[in-house]
Amino acid sequence: MQASRSTAMILAAGEISLPNRGNDMLEIDTSFCDTVVQRSGEEFRRCLQCMSCAGGCPFSHAMTYRPNGVIRLIQYGFVREVLESPDIWLCVGCNTCSIACPMAIDIPGMMDALREIAIENKVKINESAILSFHQEVLNSIQRYGRTHKLEIMMRYKLRRRDFFTDMDVGLKMMAKRKLDLMPSKIADPKVVAKLFSEAEK
Amino acid sequence: MKTQTLENISYFPGCSLATSAKENNQSLKKVCAHMGMRLQELNDWNCCGSSSAHSIRSDVAFHLACRNLSLAPKGRPLLVACPSCILRLKSAHHRLKEDPAACEEYERRWGREPDLDLQIIHFFELMKANGHLGSAPSEALQGLKFAPYYGCMLAYPPQLRHENRYYGLMENLLSHFGAESLIWDYASRCCGTFLSVARPDVVTPMVNQIMQGAINAGAECLVTACAMCHLNLEIRCNLKEKLPIFHFSELLTLAYGLPLKKNWLTKHLVDPLPLLKQRRLVA
Repeated sequence: MQASRSTAMILAAGEISLPNRGNDMLEIDTSFCDTVVQRSGEEFRRCLQCMSCAGGCPFSHAMTYRPNGVIRLIQYGFVREVLESPDIWLCVGCNTCSIACPMAIDIPGMMDALREIAIENKVKINESAILSFHQEVLNSIQRYGRTHKLEIMMRYKLRRRDFFTDMDVGLKMMAKRKLDLMPSKIADPKVVAKLFSEAEK
Repeated sequence: MKTQTLENISYFPGCSLATSAKENNQSLKKVCAHMGMRLQELNDWNCCGSSSAHSIRSDVAFHLACRNLSLAPKGRPLLVACPSCILRLKSAHHRLKEDPAACEEYERRWGREPDLDLQIIHFFELMKANGHLGSAPSEALQGLKFAPYYGCMLAYPPQLRHENRYYGLMENLLSHFGAESLIWDYASRCCGTFLSVARPDVVTPMVNQIMQGAINAGAECLVTACAMCHLNLEIRCNLKEKLPIFHFSELLTLAYGLPLKKNWLTKHLVDPLPLLKQRRLVA
């Protein structure tokens, strides 16, 4: 990994546009790669940069670095770029990349770990709406053991202070009885709520 | 897998089928009952740990899946309807098989040993084994032109790469009953799933592309394998022309000559009735 500190090497990556840090190379943390490998249990260092993942990923166009770029940045230790990137939040885990990857890397598994590291390190989350949504889903699971879609949507809207977008969709879904007013829940939601506090790593 | 060994099956519907896709749930149960299977809903099941849990709390996602596995009675397969749920449950089960420490934690938490032989099967697996019902080809679906839409259900992470996948099953089975499947470009394109809430600007072009692809291929409708795909196609497509979207299980009830309930059809945001009437599939 020492060699990767050289700017020349970084620029040699060519096909992905790497952030220009100028002389500010000290912010690079070469142990970051090991941290992510360990945390995700995913040996993505075998990535060939063939870009099959980026080619297939249906969210590539909305990403900044795309999946192979994220891997490259991790390898070079660009911690902040990775953790603040929208890319890690736009990955929905559809596994299109995993089946395209000739090295059989579980890229969504790696993204799961990156999101957790980003939250733990309190970095700026540039896709805060996606995070808000996840938090409301988890709150619902904590309360009921299952997801209650109507409440998730209402609380999400409150959190975002956005009351009008999708009003039409919500009303249509209500009219079609696709959103239950009352939650479907498990017998003792405390059993599941406990998992959230106990399961801390 | 033989029908007679499948008389008693545990069933995990999951949150979507239990709430926003009841028509998927009810038609699936009807199809199973027609094939002589007795589904017993997993008592007190909880969220599978999909999407949000594994996105930001993978530890919780694992335990949520494990609790469901711990509720499954021994000696009978666990049927799962939703592709996302089965991925979570199979991933957790796989980890239990690989990791003795995870098994210990499971035992401590749920007070029993994990059933490492538990068969977790998708609805498609049942249909592959039993779907034709040994019957001769029929004209029940009368040349209905459909675009089979699998979404991401055929894509598994590398550790599950040896699991069965059922590409072609919808085409095969529905054609057997007279429908006409089309070859098109977006059969296994991701629908955008939960980003539909926070980033509809990203999802709408995706579902529009899928819908337009089906229209260009000459389809009269799309058939989905997943309730999430079904919902996204219905709520996020903003094209002027939209094809109706059926859950696979809904079309199967028609194929078997079972009544397609009116209250299923009224749950669709894109009204499928004109097409069904035109094809004389409903009165």
